[in-house]
Amino acid sequence: MPKDHGIGASDKRREDIRFLTGAGHYTDDIKHYGATTAVFCRSTVAHGIIKSIDTSEAENMPGVLAIFTGADFADVGGNPAGWLINSRDGTPMKEPKRPVLAHGKVRHVGDAYAAVIAETELQARNAAEAIVADIEELPAIVDMAAALAGATYVHDEIATNQCFDWGWIEDNRAATDAAIKAAPHVTTLELVNNRLVPNAMEPRCSIGNYDAGNDSYVLQTTSQNPHLTRLLISAFVMGIPENKLTVIAPDVGGGFGSKIYHYGEEALVLAAARKIGRPVKWTADRTEAFLTDAHGRDHVTKIELACEKDGTFIAFRTETMANVGAYLSNFSTATPTFLHGTLMAGNYTVPNVYVNVKAVFTNTAPVDAYRGAGRPEATYSIERVIDKAARELGIDPIAIRRKNFVKPDQYPFTSAAGLEYDSGNYDALMDRLEGHIDREGFAQRRKESEARGMLRGLGLNAYIEACGIAPSNLVGVLGSRVGLYDAATVRVNATGNLSVMVGAHSHGQGHETVFPQIVGEMLGIDPASVEIVHGDTSKIPFGMGTYGSRSLAVCGSAMVRATEKIIAKAKKIAAHMLEASADDVDFKDGQFTIKGTDKSVSFGEVALKAYIPHNFPIEDIEPGLEETAFYDPANFTYPSGAYACEVEVDPDTGKVRVDRFIAVDDFGNIMNPMIVTGQVHGGLGQGIGQALLEGARYDDEGQLLSASYMDYTMPRADDLPFYTVDHANGTPCTHNPLGVKGCGEAGAIGSPPTIVNAVVDALQSAGKNVTHIDMPLTPLRVWEAMSNA
Amino acid sequence: MYAFDIERPSSIKDAVAALQSEGAQALGGGQTLIPTLKARLAAPEVLISLTGISEMQGVCLSDDGALCIGAGTTHATVAREAAAHFPGLAQLASHIGDPAVRNRGTLGGSLANNDPAACYPAAVLGTGAVIITDKRQIAADEYFQGMFTTALDEGEIITEVRFPIPQKSHYMKFVQPASRFALVGVFVAQYADHVRVAVTGASEEGVFRWHEAETALGADFSAKALDGLSVAADNMIGDLHGSPEYRAHLVKVMTGRAVAAA
Repeated sequence: MPKDHGIGASDKRREDIRFLTGAGHYTDDIKHYGATTAVFCRSTVAHGIIKSIDTSEAENMPGVLAIFTGADFADVGGNPAGWLINSRDGTPMKEPKRPVLAHGKVRHVGDAYAAVIAETELQARNAAEAIVADIEELPAIVDMAAALAGATYVHDEIATNQCFDWGWIEDNRAATDAAIKAAPHVTTLELVNNRLVPNAMEPRCSIGNYDAGNDSYVLQTTSQNPHLTRLLISAFVMGIPENKLTVIAPDVGGGFGSKIYHYGEEALVLAAARKIGRPVKWTADRTEAFLTDAHGRDHVTKIELACEKDGTFIAFRTETMANVGAYLSNFSTATPTFLHGTLMAGNYTVPNVYVNVKAVFTNTAPVDAYRGAGRPEATYSIERVIDKAARELGIDPIAIRRKNFVKPDQYPFTSAAGLEYDSGNYDALMDRLEGHIDREGFAQRRKESEARGMLRGLGLNAYIEACGIAPSNLVGVLGSRVGLYDAATVRVNATGNLSVMVGAHSHGQGHETVFPQIVGEMLGIDPASVEIVHGDTSKIPFGMGTYGSRSLAVCGSAMVRATEKIIAKAKKIAAHMLEASADDVDFKDGQFTIKGTDKSVSFGEVALKAYIPHNFPIEDIEPGLEETAFYDPANFTYPSGAYACEVEVDPDTGKVRVDRFIAVDDFGNIMNPMIVTGQVHGGLGQGIGQALLEGARYDDEGQLLSASYMDYTMPRADDLPFYTVDHANGTPCTHNPLGVKGCGEAGAIGSPPTIVNAVVDALQSAGKNVTHIDMPLTPLRVWEAMSNA
Repeated sequence: MYAFDIERPSSIKDAVAALQSEGAQALGGGQTLIPTLKARLAAPEVLISLTGISEMQGVCLSDDGALCIGAGTTHATVAREAAAHFPGLAQLASHIGDPAVRNRGTLGGSLANNDPAACYPAAVLGTGAVIITDKRQIAADEYFQGMFTTALDEGEIITEVRFPIPQKSHYMKFVQPASRFALVGVFVAQYADHVRVAVTGASEEGVFRWHEAETALGADFSAKALDGLSVAADNMIGDLHGSPEYRAHLVKVMTGRAVAAA
């Protein structure tokens, strides 16, 4: 029976009232007295030597206050990669400097080499156009294989385009090779995981403020993790002491990963604010978003699955080239490695896994984590090759998966790719999926489609992913340069309501609704009396922000721990008020009672006492009621799922229509089912977008062909089906206090192979020998595959 | 966007006069021009808005039975007011862009721009409509002269379009997935003594008539009549969304579907 309040209830999202009535406060909405505008000059060529930049005309144009070029930042630091990856031979990855503004060379279309600060945007744009840059164009390095083979380098100082050549697990390589060599059946598939543009609704925006009186800075910016941005600016890029820099991420209109990272524009507005002594604002236009937001995915992979004739898996082996673009974005080295290679055993008991990833510099926008970040790439490779193997071996696609699933009695299960899965039940997920999809009726539905001239296909999939990133001890061993705990401060105010300061950042997830549901239930108070404070480094404890479906599993756990501390202290205060021992105090439904008596005080009375500590044992109990907890998880969490869809393909045009999509997920315990369903819907929209519609495409000169919505296909409502979403009866995570696993990315992880498997099934039903089509499965690509089959 | 002035004349005469000034540019519904200005790809000194000219508005029937549409009429108005007389045209207008585009974009603006993927040129050429300007009448077969190129002189304004109403017609559009312009759009119109077929979206030359199909459909107005025909890929547009071969293939598929739906 669904609850009507507290944990597990579908409370409506309180933040939506301001979002839907235009009362939100996004960065660009913030108006400062005396504000100025920054506009960037961006390279129109993919690769070139900056011979000179002439700013003389622009400097004298109306309203111009300052002009910056790369030379102004030559002596400050670079924006670093957050993870150090070592190559198979033990050498560290190549880390060329990523400057605030391009200096010496431009390395991708959109690379900023100068900035103008002016009174108005129009004046800044006019002056930016008057800056004359003499850029000697060099051959563009776009294709990854050519980049690895070629002798022209994106970064001349490293004399290679290979960032690293990583093996996982290197010690398993020989055994995996031998197992594949000896296997009775090997299925091989070459595939591309297509590059995506994140397309947050709100483009990036940053405002720099400098207070000369205190020699301090405030950066208001579109960030998923303001503390990380502050740390990067302070410790690596500009050297501003952390205690002199406040970073504020107010309402943020979506990120999908692209706003995790620190970007040069943020450093620029701070430097400019100091130089001119006035606030400086930069707001990206949509073209800048396409050209400079960190893109996602972009893997080229060969995967082999070795198995017995009965479908028992023996080994997975992959070779992947991962595009990191022109510069290393903050998580760009972690995404194709530890968020990808470690998941390459999937949901399966396969004994041998070996993954090789070569990360490649190219003259394209930096590539980094995007909704799913590495796990979609892993899932796509695994689940596509399994589907192909099942077809080759004549085994049912559900049966082959079930045959190899980790079984419920095997947890904790250490996969051949090195992770320890704590809980799950993949057969139960598949049982529920089969309960939803009416497989028996499929033949009849296919017949009805064929009567209308359409081909119908059924696609199936199972996935596992790793969320709740991550245990600091583990990621430290794996090369992370930061810890990945999170933090929360629970402040009970004197009048009994609460301010909860959290390190997670909500940019659409619904934290302001869900977190109070949890605290409210723990304290037996109305969730409406709990306010979530996030996004301001001057108010919140040092947390690591929101990405990797980690907010609830990591920051939520910190909040639970802090609330437990509140309860423990409140019990002491209640014991004092009731003249009893704290050991005898019970706390339930907001009331403190003494065992075996009818004496009680309410939570509100205790809160008031904490702040008006008359007759208070100050030698035993400090006044006030405020607690902070940092929480570092013991392991990743492992959401899993089983997905199915049916598609119709128009054989005359190649157009694919998704007729139905069923997502069964195990997210552990569910705090707010409505919000979880919404997260799944959003993920499915982006996953189906990747599968059918979206693709960032560069030409051989490094020009982004899909640089606007005229050519980059965002999913629209009529591209998507109604979904069946089922996330009931999950297996709780065993190592965090809420038993939650994370739900933000699953839809984007599980859906692309489901769609492609379905389209291949549809084409095969028409006798077409099509075993694979690279995403996005546009009408053109499907038609060409059918024409060539 | 660069700074510019704007004028809103209320008569064709005033608009023609205003367009004589240096750096003047006519502005219809602005569905192409405004994005172009925002991207700083054009810098007119003064925009002459044609949307306030009442004599360029509206849909009516002429004495000889043609459907006359003022060039300043929005797609949404055409979709609504042409439906009873010329459902094939109303259906085309109702599928241009999205509601915001249809509420601003105009017939004259679309034809003056002659985007190779716009919908209206297919209907105008596919019916043999007559384009009326401030100084002359131009037959559709003379008007379209290639991508973004028309018979209009500098400063000449389309004021009205007269469509001969066919017995049967239909426009079948296969959309480019991102922009939802026509990747290939085919307008077929059957008259008492002939059939016209016009194709938009496909050719490097802009909208064109598929004469072989017109002949075949003139003899037998059914999709089957197209069986032996094919369209050459030469001169077809090739881009991210469609190769020349794919577009050539779609011309036939969409023509067949338009005939079946007419």
